[in-house]
Amino acid sequence: MKLADILQFASGSLRGSPTRTLLMMLAMSIGVAAVVVLTALGEGARRYVVDQFSSLGTNLVIVLPGRTETAGIGPGLMSGQTPRDITLEDAQALLRSRAIKRIAPLTIGSASLSRGALNREVVVLGSTSDLLEVRHMSIGIGKFLPAGDIHESASVCVLGNQMKQELFGNEQAVGQWVRLGDRRFRVIGVLASQGESMGMRTDELVIVPVASSHQLFNTTGLFRVLIEAKNRDFIEQTKHDAEEIMSQRHSGEKDVTVITQDAVLATFDRILTALTMAVGGIAAISLAVAGVLIMNVMLIAVAQRVKEIGLLKALGAPGKQIRYLFFAEAALLSGIGSVAGLLLGYTGSFVIGKVYPMLPVSPPWWAVLAATLTALGTGVLFSVWPARRAAKLDPVAALAGK
Amino acid sequence: MIELQNVCRTFTVGDQQVAALRDINLRLDAGEYISIMGPSGSGKSTMLNMLGLLDRPSSGTYLLDGGNVSDLNDEQQARVRREKIGFVFQSFHLVPRLTAAQNVELPMILAGIPGEERKARVNVLMQNYGLSDRADHKPDQLSGGQRQRVAIARATVMNPTVLLADEPTGNLDRNTGWEVLKLLEGLLQQGITLVVVTHDGEIGARAQRQIHMLDGRVVSDESTQNDPK
Repeated sequence: MKLADILQFASGSLRGSPTRTLLMMLAMSIGVAAVVVLTALGEGARRYVVDQFSSLGTNLVIVLPGRTETAGIGPGLMSGQTPRDITLEDAQALLRSRAIKRIAPLTIGSASLSRGALNREVVVLGSTSDLLEVRHMSIGIGKFLPAGDIHESASVCVLGNQMKQELFGNEQAVGQWVRLGDRRFRVIGVLASQGESMGMRTDELVIVPVASSHQLFNTTGLFRVLIEAKNRDFIEQTKHDAEEIMSQRHSGEKDVTVITQDAVLATFDRILTALTMAVGGIAAISLAVAGVLIMNVMLIAVAQRVKEIGLLKALGAPGKQIRYLFFAEAALLSGIGSVAGLLLGYTGSFVIGKVYPMLPVSPPWWAVLAATLTALGTGVLFSVWPARRAAKLDPVAALAGK
Repeated sequence: MIELQNVCRTFTVGDQQVAALRDINLRLDAGEYISIMGPSGSGKSTMLNMLGLLDRPSSGTYLLDGGNVSDLNDEQQARVRREKIGFVFQSFHLVPRLTAAQNVELPMILAGIPGEERKARVNVLMQNYGLSDRADHKPDQLSGGQRQRVAIARATVMNPTVLLADEPTGNLDRNTGWEVLKLLEGLLQQGITLVVVTHDGEIGARAQRQIHMLDGRVVSDESTQNDPK
């Protein structure tokens, strides 16, 4: 018997009982669609988190003052000491490392920002021109902080998009003067609207040169030093160099903490991938259920078609051929079922993507492959028993319908 | 060409052994017209199933064209059935979802014969049996006589050497029954061996060789000079 004939005969018997066939395909396709949609959601969540981290800046290494112990509270805090500040010179010294591409020192404080009668309390970031690159921010109108001497306290500032709106409305802001604390600053640029970026709303910020912020808040220390490594491979070395340089400058004391974004990112990535696989696995159980359903219905089909099986045997079909016919039926069922399921799943993912535009929903290729293979596998596997049963029927009894 | 040697067939019913065939010795020659008669339970259907390789003897030997076929495995026996044996049943046994033409085509599909040849052979047979205008009808759209003619076309499409008919007229009215019987007897001219199982003496009497069975034994085996044509 030719393969094409086997398939044709099997599809003929599937068409012979359309309700049964449709129901089984529905079960199969819902199983496949569940795997596709759930893994697409998981993958979307994973990508969302990874993207959020990347928007912080790539290849980012952060230096912060104080030593974070695993216990949570360092010995310095217990004894009432504050950790030694990181100074601008410390930050500049980091550039000695070959692994480091650029740095951006960062101070943070809050001050009142006013223009005429309008007054607002704002978060003030002090930094340098490199912050724009390191943090992947983009400028909307005007210019960012000028490059030049890190110690020069120019009276210029860059406003977040929302700050500009609140103080200037639709008026031109660049070139105007605002008052920040007890000093006047000239607005030289407005940031492009970026929304939230890992806990900090750039739209509500005011950015000034780091030296100006030191004067404004009367400090010398830095809140953070953001380091951008030359590339991904240099991240470990950057971390090592940063610790080395800081400890040299702090008379051998390891009183700074260096964290890499990569470590955090990798952890999130692992957690969310595991979660996606777990959810996909749970959905795959529904495929196994569909498989059992196929077995059930195939057994009924064997019982219903006993006479036909007997006839096929009388016409000269060996048991093997009858087994193939039932396999072919199961394979067709689960094959068409999984194609329908994939369509359903992709449509579902597309709709979810439209409903939650933030989430980059897309079914991962491995889940699509696994769902299809599981569907085909369970379909054929669960038809082994019914097919064997059909093949083993005694032709005389089968013809008599017994 | 068909020879049964000391063939016995026993069934186990409950804890009792029931003998359906007891020590049958029979030789059928090519081209013979044989009727097997007897009351129900006499073993005539079991005999037919045995001849058609649907049943295996509990003991004894079945020789077909000189070869022992009782020792063949499932696949080899299926091949013999496919190539040498045709079945006609009392209840027709047509596949309900297939058309008349598709039912006739079925044995050739199982044999792996290419599509064009199948179509050609089906067309010839449908024409011979006056079924051309019924080719695309499903069995439930056919009369009893037409169904049995489709079944005979199916049984002969592989050009078998033996045609086994189990009460071929049993589900038909008298006139249609005679027509079907004439059709079967016409096959004798092509050199086919025709075995008809029946409990109807009038039909059985048409065969040149009449075998009577009782309690699993052949009680009489007579050849007459009947000419059915």
